[in-house]
Amino acid sequence: MTAETRAAPSSSRRRHRRQDVLAALPWLLPALLLIMAIVLFPAGFMAWTSTREMSTVGVDQGSAGLGNFTALLDFPGLRRVLLNTVIWVVGVVAVTLVISMGLAQFLDKAFPGRRLVRLAVIVPWAASVVMTAIVFYYGLDPFYGVINHFLVDIGLLDGTFGFTRRPVPAFLVSMTVAVFVSLPFTTYTILAGLQMVPGDLIEAARVDGAGALRTYRSVTLPILRPAIAVAVLINIINVFNSLPILRTITGSIPGHQADTTTTLIFKFIQQYRQIDTASALSVLNFAIVLAVIGVYLALVKPMRQD
Amino acid sequence: MATEATATTTPGRANRTSETTVWQHRTRRRQGTPRWMMALAGAVIALVFLAPYLIMVIGSFKRRSEILGIPPTYLPTEWVPSNYLTMWSTPETPLPYNMVSTIVISVGGTLLVLAVALPAAYYTARHRFPGKWVFLLLVLITQMLQPTVLAAGLFRQFQAAGIYDTWLAMILVNGAFNLSFAVWIMHSFFAGVPREVEEAAMMDGATKLQILRLVTLPLVWPGIVTAVIFAFVASWNEFAASLVILTTAENQPLSVAITKFVGQYDSAWQYVFGVSIVGIVPVVILFAIVEKRLVAGLTAGAVK
Repeated sequence: MTAETRAAPSSSRRRHRRQDVLAALPWLLPALLLIMAIVLFPAGFMAWTSTREMSTVGVDQGSAGLGNFTALLDFPGLRRVLLNTVIWVVGVVAVTLVISMGLAQFLDKAFPGRRLVRLAVIVPWAASVVMTAIVFYYGLDPFYGVINHFLVDIGLLDGTFGFTRRPVPAFLVSMTVAVFVSLPFTTYTILAGLQMVPGDLIEAARVDGAGALRTYRSVTLPILRPAIAVAVLINIINVFNSLPILRTITGSIPGHQADTTTTLIFKFIQQYRQIDTASALSVLNFAIVLAVIGVYLALVKPMRQD
Repeated sequence: MATEATATTTPGRANRTSETTVWQHRTRRRQGTPRWMMALAGAVIALVFLAPYLIMVIGSFKRRSEILGIPPTYLPTEWVPSNYLTMWSTPETPLPYNMVSTIVISVGGTLLVLAVALPAAYYTARHRFPGKWVFLLLVLITQMLQPTVLAAGLFRQFQAAGIYDTWLAMILVNGAFNLSFAVWIMHSFFAGVPREVEEAAMMDGATKLQILRLVTLPLVWPGIVTAVIFAFVASWNEFAASLVILTTAENQPLSVAITKFVGQYDSAWQYVFGVSIVGIVPVVILFAIVEKRLVAGLTAGAVK
């Protein structure tokens, strides 16, 4: 620090800070504008809409107070939809994690053709989720579906089963598809985490007589923790917001027994033309997502100052 | 944080590979899981992950009467490659328009991401300034949000702004929601370029812009390619926002158009799968190119 700044520390530092921010602004402004226009503003507009009375063609008809929220609470299927949402998110994320941990462990070992297997695993990640969901919907058709007939041919089913015709089986099928499309990202993240595990540490644990399971639990798992934390968080957000799978597989089933809050929002927008109630439910969804992010930030503290 | 992550990964990875091989030589002698059994298990796993897409490929070559036939056939009795020609002119959806729509929206969204994220990533990696971490946190939060959670708001906003049902609206949406991945991965690549390299170029009398163009950009090229491909694939597959914002059939992308072939009673499955293959193959190839770096980009912002 020079003598000059020591003499007048606060004002000069403040001037420096302001200059630094002004210098940074042109570089960050495009990103900030885009985030404001397409993320923050719609979020605010949605919150505003949730307190308005809207016609089916989208004309604002004045304040509704909290009317949209009370209408939402009175919505007959809501309890089931909320329960479905919890089952959907927890079930899909948990099953995905367990399978991914095994899969990543396997793909970390050296064997002939490993590169090709890894590339095969990436395909459901790159492919459009709608398209993947549609092929499952087709394959499980009780009449002409090849997957359904395959299950009969190998003796797992006595006759074809209407997987996609009733809410509960269709919901479970959707969860399976959601696990299928979530596996690549989770597996790859854990696989990247496994690269951080030093080989000599594992060797040392073995020399000390630890079995494979013990080594995994006490050596590998603690090092994997950050990778798993990130994979789980991103997965929670993705699964919570997932629309195409349930829309494709359970969309033609009447009622709301196979809906989550996300698919219900789209039914409010598209089928019932109630943008006001849809906004109220979106605000609720938005609050849940923010709460999840908040919990995550508190737990993992990714933003440590450097 | 992101810097450290990339800096330690590379040597760590190299170390580990050599050690793994040594270690596996030993375990193999001790436990003896034969390599061919591992390879076989690998083949089964690959088959499971590819199975739905194999069904698509096979289905796309079946005649309409056969694909709706009961019981279904595993392989087409007659291969009908002409499905890939006839699918472009069907009553269900104007497919050539949908293809153009998908390309315009994806390319536009990707260019927007690049134009907006590149300067931000460069500056945050090279300079300290107050509010830097607030900015990066804001970007991280947008990664956690998806168009679905804001669909109702976007729908209203675009109606009010008069760009409802336009490509522009979808380009903006794809630009905004793919911004964070691009910022974070390019940030970590820029931060990985040693300052000394740039300083040396400055000594040689290069201007700031010359340094950026001739020294820094070539070094961060892999990061830029990864960001571009990720943004492109995500925009290509985007579904939820397109569903509510694009109402004219001609404006809709493939992901929405394809659902038109699926009806309650009568579905043109052979076209569903033909279009799916056309929509999936290019992006799988792109993803395969940047396979290793995808995870780094998605988690760079979040793992210390």
